[in-house]
Parts: sequence; structure tokens; C-alpha cells
Amino acid sequence: MALLTCRDLSVYYGGHAAVEGISFSVEPGDYLFIAGENGTGKSSLLKGLLGLAPLRRGEILFGAGLHSNEIGYLPQQTPAQRDFPASVYEIVLSGCLNRRGLHPFYSAAEKRRARQQLDRLGILPLQNRPYRALSGGQRQRVLLARALCAAGKLLLLDEPVTGLDPLAAAQMYEQIAELNREGLAVVMVSHDLEAALRYANRVLQIDTRLQFWGTAEEYRQSGAGRRMLGGRADA
Amino acid sequence: MLELLRDLFSYHFIVRALLVGTLVALCAALLGVSLVLKRYSMIGDGLSHVGFGALSIAMALHLAPLQVSIPVVVLAAFLLLRLNERSQLKADAAIALVSSSSLAAGVIVTSLTAGMNTDVNSYMFGSILAMSDGDVLLSVALSLAVLSLFILFYHKIFAVTFDEEFAAATGIRVRLYNLLLALLTAVTIVVGMRLMGAMLISSLVIFPALSSMRVFRSFRSVILSSALLAAAAFFIGIALSFAFSIPAGASVVAVHALLFACFFAAGWLRARLD
Repeated sequence: MALLTCRDLSVYYGGHAAVEGISFSVEPGDYLFIAGENGTGKSSLLKGLLGLAPLRRGEILFGAGLHSNEIGYLPQQTPAQRDFPASVYEIVLSGCLNRRGLHPFYSAAEKRRARQQLDRLGILPLQNRPYRALSGGQRQRVLLARALCAAGKLLLLDEPVTGLDPLAAAQMYEQIAELNREGLAVVMVSHDLEAALRYANRVLQIDTRLQFWGTAEEYRQSGAGRRMLGGRADA
Repeated sequence: MLELLRDLFSYHFIVRALLVGTLVALCAALLGVSLVLKRYSMIGDGLSHVGFGALSIAMALHLAPLQVSIPVVVLAAFLLLRLNERSQLKADAAIALVSSSSLAAGVIVTSLTAGMNTDVNSYMFGSILAMSDGDVLLSVALSLAVLSLFILFYHKIFAVTFDEEFAAATGIRVRLYNLLLALLTAVTIVVGMRLMGAMLISSLVIFPALSSMRVFRSFRSVILSSALLAAAAFFIGIALSFAFSIPAGASVVAVHALLFACFFAAGWLRARLD
């Protein structure tokens, strides 16, 4: 059963259709790459999936025991966060809030969960460090650990390597692939087509409307894929 | 020194001001950390001017000042927040508009009715004599309500302050918590402006957070430091105001400005040592 099934999805942004009539699904263990140029509606599609933007038409079905608030989301970093006073541990722990409901304080199990995710990403030694003193790659890992606290089955990543140097970006991709191998389904929006195709098994390309939906292999052979890869079908 | 303290506590009105003032300063400092980080530093200033407008109109109509101004200021806080969400008019500009219009309305109404008398002066610059027993009770109750709501929702306020989008994606009702923040801020401002004055109340919101952020680096330590700073500065400010016969509001702000300078230096030193 699919984790996530979207049927005929339309999302409006500022009174215009940002995304129209998109259908696709995410199976457990998938690594879905959402491709498209700037302003083609990738971010609106993500916001629609997360319930941050209202749907004009269509539906999103959650299956295989996934609930809408259990998606681990890695948003793009905001400028305000750069000088925000918070420790790594405080930020990661806030990913457990979706398990809290109305209870005001965290339980021991949630604190343990936060430390486990820090350990999983190899940043447990950083837990008491101030977030604003970290490098770009370390910050992304912190936000990824927070997303893992919220998620058990599905991760949604919005441009996860923006602003990272090439080494940190490569490490980030490797980290995400590792999580995918551990069984987590991944949906990633990125500009970085070649790197994304190295890991993804499925591709969705949109330009407001659906351009391509299929396996990564089919994408490399397709017209849409060849155009995006600059005519190098072997990339 | 001891004599000064004994004198201080022998006056009923000063004990009353210390009680209400410390509670309000605590509320303002706690909320202030979130407001400053959300780039809402000036909302205290804007809301206090709305409060001034509402108070002037209430006085002209011979109505109870706090009971009239609290709902008006709460409404203004919601309005400013919505303007910001829709984002056609930026938050800073919206606050400036609402703030100066309310101040103008207040000044016009007062000059047409009572004239710019000492009452108006006390609303502008604060007066620890201005509070009646009823005001004190209401202020204490409201401050305690603000403090307990803040503690209950502390983790959610952190999440919404740090990253609204992530919080919303994990099912936290961001809008509700923003409204809660606006409501708590509005109540704190109205209660506090009797003591501090409409012109100076926003310092209670901004200074403790900004000073603490110079030195401390986790959200919890910034919150705790802001609370302690707020209480200490208020007490020292009132004591100085009593000792040198200067207005209480201005005296508290001056103490905060000095403390900010100290924390700024300490933060610089800490960064050097690391």
C-alpha cells in the first residue's frame, strides 16, 4: 500500500494555479525526486502535501499507517534562524512536539528519541552547542535530526544542500541515501539534477502541470529528462 | 542602603508598585524573547500607543480605563498580526501607522475634553500612584494568567518562534499560538503602561531579551536570564526612583540601558575567550 497517494492535485498560490492536476504516489522505501525549474510550482506542491497551502482540487491519501502530521520535513533555512539563540538539543527535541498533543512538557521517551536521532546522524557531541555557531552542513544535520524526530516513515526535503559547500553537500546526500536504505521513504525537491538522479528511484517533473512521472531510468531516456540534463542521456 | 530598603517597604504604594511591576516585567520579558526573535520588537510600542488612545477615550466618557483598553488593545494586536500575515503592508510600517493614529486620536480626545492635564501625563510617562486597589488586583490576576499560559505553552512557543513552517507541517496550530502570543502581549502592555507609561513600556519587552541574547546561547538560558534581569532591573529602578525622586518608568529604563551595556561587554568578552 502506498504511503502517500495524490490524485489530481491543484494548489493555488497568490490567486494563481501554482500546481494543477498532478497525480503520483510514494511507496514505502521510495526515493522520489521532484524536478523542475524555479517557479514551476515545486515548493507549492510540497506545501500542499504538508497541509501548509490549501488544495483547490484533488486529494491526498495517506496509507500504510502514515498520518499527515508524521511527515519529517526539512524546510529551507530562514535568515532569522542564523542568530537565533537555541541549543542543538532544544531544536531537535522540538521535532517531537507532534507526539505531544496537549501535554505541555516532553516525556523521557521523547528526550531519548531526540538523543537517538542526534546519535544516528553523528552529531550527539554537538547537542549542547549553540545552533548559530555551527557550520552550514552541521545545521542541516540538526534540522534533519529534528525531522527524524517527527517522522517514522516519510521525509520531505526542500533543497537540502542549498548554501552548502561541495563536500558538505556530498555528505548530506550520502546521509539521506543512508536513511533511505534504512527504510525511510524520501521525497526531495532540488535543483541538483545529476546528484539527485544518482540516488532517486522515481522522478516527478512539473511545470505547473505534470511533465514526467516514472522511474529514474525511464526519466533518463525520456524527452523531459534529456532536456533537463542538457542532452546528455548518459548523465 | 538598608535604610533605603526599609524606607522603600514602609510605603504602601511602593510595595504595590513593586508587586505589580515585577509581575508585569516578568511577563513582558518572557514574551519579549519571542517577539524580538520574530522581528516584532516594536509591537509593544505600537500597542501601548493604542492603549493610550483607548485610555483617553475611556476617561473622556468616564468609563473604567483598564476594562475599556484591554479589549481594544487585544483587537489591535490581532489586527497587526493579520496585516503581517497577508504581508502587503509590512509589520513595521503597519505598527507605525496604527501607533501614531492612536496617539493622535488620544491627544485630540483629551484636548477636546479634559485638556492635557496630569492624568494624561501619568498615562504617557507612568505613575506608581495611578493605580487603585482594583487595578492592582486585576493586574496581579492578569499577570499570573500570562505567566502560567507562557509556562504551559513554552515548548510550542519555542517551536513556533524558531520555525513556523516546520511547526505547522507537524500539526501545531501556528495561527492559534500566534494569536495567544498577541493576546498575552496586549494584556501585558495595558497592565504595564499604568506604571511605566505608554512611551516607555516597550522597553520592558525589548531590553531583557536583547541583553540576555548578548551572553546566552540557548533558548532556555535566554528566557531565564531575561526573567531575572527584568525583575532585578525593575526593583533597582524603583529604588533609584525613590532615592532620587525621578519618575519610576524612566528610572527603570535607564537601569535596563546600563545593564544592556554590561551584557554587551560581557558578550564581547565571551566571544573573545571562546
